[in-house]
Parts: sequence; C-alpha cells; structure tokens
Amino acid sequence: MSQWIDAAELNAPQLALEAKLIKVGTRANLFTYLKEVWQRRAFAFTFASFQIQAATARSTLGLAWVVVVPALQILIYGLIFGFVLGSNKPDNYLPYLFIGVAFFQLLSNAITDGSTAITGNQALVNSLDFPRGLLPLAVVISNLIESLPVMILTLIGVAFLGQSVTASWLLLIPVLLLMVVFGAGLTLFSARLAVFLPDFKYLLPFISRVLFYVSGIFWSITKLTGSNHLLQLVLWNNPFHLYINLARSLTISGYETHPTDWLIASVWSVATFFAGMIFFWLAEEKYGRNV
Amino acid sequence: MSKKFIAGAVRTDPQRSPAVIVDNVHIKYRVFSSGKKVTDTNTRVRNKGKLREVYAIKGVSLIAYEGDSIGIIGGNGAGKSTLMKAISGVLTLDAGSIYARSRPAFLGVGAAMIRDLSGEKNIILGGLALGFTKAEIKAKFAKIVEFSGLKDFIDLPMATYSSGMVERLKFSIAASKEHDILIIDEALAVGDQDFRSRSEARMRELASGAGVVFLVSHSMKSILDTCNRVIWLDKGEVRMDGDAREVCAAYAESTGSPLND
Repeated sequence: MSQWIDAAELNAPQLALEAKLIKVGTRANLFTYLKEVWQRRAFAFTFASFQIQAATARSTLGLAWVVVVPALQILIYGLIFGFVLGSNKPDNYLPYLFIGVAFFQLLSNAITDGSTAITGNQALVNSLDFPRGLLPLAVVISNLIESLPVMILTLIGVAFLGQSVTASWLLLIPVLLLMVVFGAGLTLFSARLAVFLPDFKYLLPFISRVLFYVSGIFWSITKLTGSNHLLQLVLWNNPFHLYINLARSLTISGYETHPTDWLIASVWSVATFFAGMIFFWLAEEKYGRNV
Repeated sequence: MSKKFIAGAVRTDPQRSPAVIVDNVHIKYRVFSSGKKVTDTNTRVRNKGKLREVYAIKGVSLIAYEGDSIGIIGGNGAGKSTLMKAISGVLTLDAGSIYARSRPAFLGVGAAMIRDLSGEKNIILGGLALGFTKAEIKAKFAKIVEFSGLKDFIDLPMATYSSGMVERLKFSIAASKEHDILIIDEALAVGDQDFRSRSEARMRELASGAGVVFLVSHSMKSILDTCNRVIWLDKGEVRMDGDAREVCAAYAESTGSPLND
C-alpha cells in the first residue's frame, strides 16, 4: 500500500543503507575492475580478430599496408639519413634501421590506435554496459597480430643482410612481451586522453615524430651524444630506445646492452601498464554517452 | 488504491523494498549562447556574459521498488532522458544523490554497434561484452536471432541495417541477459508492432523477476501495456506519479490528445 511523505522528510541515505543500495556513478574499485576485465578477456581477443578481418576487407591491398609502410620508411630514412650522417651513421646501418623502424612502429601504433579505442567505438560503448578497458586492450592485441608479419619479414631481412641467426634471437620473445605490456599502458593513456581532449588527435603525429627522432631509430645515441653523459643517460633509458636496443643487441653484431637494461625495461613496462590502467579506470564511468 | 498525487511529496511503500532511490536531484547544463559546451579550457571568465545555465532536472525525488515497471512520460525537453542517464550513472549531479541496488543497464537509441561487422558478429561481441562465455552465446544465439526477427539479414554488415533493425538487434542482445535494473530510452519506438509486443513481454518478464524497468516512451500504448506505474515529468519536475492508467489519462487530457492512440 503506497503512502506519501514530504520530499523534505525523505531520509534517502538511511533508506538506502537499510535496503543495501549503493550510490550510482561510482566506479568499481580497481581490483574488482581488473577482475571484470580479466573475466571478459575473450571479448578483447574476438574484437581484435573481427577488427582485423573488417580492415582487411575494406582496403584493396588489405593487410599488405602493414608491411608496405615500414618498407617505404626504411627506404627513405636509409637513403636520406645514410647520406646526411655520412661516417657518423651507426654500424651495420641497414639491419640497424630495419629493427629500429619495425619495433618502433609497434609502440607508436599503440599511441595512435589507442586514441580511437573509445572514440571510434562510441556506438558500442553507448549500446552496452561493459568494462571499457577492454577496448584499448583489444587494440593492443590487434596491433600485435598485425605487426607479427612485419617482425618476421624484418628478421628475415636482417639475416639476409649477413647477420647470423643464433639462439639469442629467441630472447626477442621476452623483448616483444615487454613492449606489448608497455604498449598497453600507452594505449590506455591515449584512449582516455582522446575522449576528453578532442584536440589530442592533432598532437598525435607530432608526438610520434618526436619519439621517432629522440629514440635513436636511424642514428646512434652513443655516437652522437659524445661526451655529454647526462644527455646520453637520459636518451639511452628512454623506454622506446631501451626495447629497440635490446632487440638490436640480440640480432646485430657489435651492439651491446648494459647489464641493467633488462631490469630498467621491465620496470618501464610494468609501471607504464599499471599507471595507464589506473589513469583509464579513473574515468571509467564517464566514457558512456557523450553529454 | 493509490492516493491522489501530492505536489512536493514522494510516493513510498513501506511493505516493499526499494531498488532505486532518487533523492532531490538537480541537473543543469552549462552552455554558451552559441551552443558550445563549457569546458575548463574555454573558461567562464572569458565568456561571462554569454554563459547560460539551463536546469534539466529541478529537484526530482522518487523511489522505485522491486518489481516496478515505471513508464516515464512528458513532452520534449521535460528531462526524461536526462533523468534516465543520471540513474544509469553517466551524468554528474549538481545536487542530490541517486542510490541503486545494482548498476543499471541503459539502452538508448543510437547508431549500429560495429557497422562494418555482420549482425552475427555483433551478437557474439555483444554477448562477450555482457560477460557471457562463448559456449553460452552459442546456446543463446538462435534465440537472440529469433527474438530480433532478423534471420535473413544476420550475415549482412550492420551498416546495411535500417534504424529499426539496429534497435531490434541491440535490444535482443541486451535482453538476453537478466538485468536487475533496465532503463530503456525510446529504444523501441522504431521497432514494428510485432517486435514491440515481444519486447514489451520481455520487459514485463524482467520486472516480474523482482527487477526494475524504466521505460521512456511517447507511445501511451507501449507504456500502458508494459508499466504498472507512470511518472509524468514536466519542465524538470515530477508533475504526477501513480497508477499507469490514471497518470496517462491526466497527461492525455493536458495535451488534448485521446489516450487510445
């Protein structure tokens, strides 16, 4: 039987407490959230594979572009900077460039594609209620799948250019793993920024250019920083350089890592991933309908 | 049974347990007279004179009990969608608070889920997003397709669907799950009569399982067929709250249109 009480007399907090209601608009705590994301991981994998199929169907050359673009980049940078740098260019220049361009692409794609993880799937976000973190993670998975042919072709190229294939090449797998974890963190950052800063997309090409130039993709940090040790230390430990240098040290003769490089690279990966996850999760309840 | 509506009062029922409590909620939109949204970057100071604050919701209080299916009616701009979005938790409130037993699921009108993919793949992805396993989706798949009535189109990309077909598929996916609190904002208005009666039956089923359904609609027939209670919003305030037939009749009288449209 219903009855009327004055709105001013409604003791909502008390009533809510008695009926065990919770305030809406508060997101799940981080632990529960991660658990939900993990439970629905099949969504991220399926979404990634459907996206790749759709992309392949859309353009004439299909997935070939994933290989053609880095090949063109290697050609252009090889010619121009090989000429400009002259005798200052890194040893084994072509393999150096091959590894640099191919591995850098995986990380820069994380930022670029991450920016459309939410904004490009707004209709899906508006239609169904699910942990939004799954979308950036799906981007990471599809990036990895798309870049595998590039990686394989690159390694074949490196071997073809006279580098010997040894057991240490197997260590590329953990390097790739570290990069994927690091890239996931970047994707999560980028996904949230793109939603709340509409102008972020204009900055993206600039950001990825700057990273490309400072990470020693086509030039050698040790050769060009000379006696400026501080600059060398900073540039060397930039994660983009660290991962790529690890990959080079495993595949190209004459390149070495510092003993601490594996450790620093792992710290970068784990820290970036969790920072990205927390940064993304903090806005979880706001990715819904654009209002 | 239900007593006449009293302005400024809240309908309560001590016998039943509440599932959603909306407590004196105010929501305003800040807009420039140019229509541009206010953000931190284009500050109020710079555009002082041109800033307007529009109240979409002005002090709404209501309690939804388990098993309630509540129709929300009112003219355009009455605040229906704003209130529903607030209950689903995506809007920031300017005053007041909203409590719910579980996180409400919101189904609104909108674009296709993933345009480039077939209806079939959208069902799989939607199911996974809702937390079903692949095996569960496989088991539910035929039922979802049958419910949507899109058997002949299920392998076509959603980009080729009409808006009615999109809404049908979206509702069919969402309705395959047992929602505790489901909010439907005009999402069924585009479906045809046949689909509408099927979805109304499903909504009644959800509410009778001690859930709560909110239905925003301009169709009095849909509301009367589905809801046991109706709230009439007018200019951001509750104008009337009570038995479905009674409130719909009063609303129809005020708009001058007959109830049986």
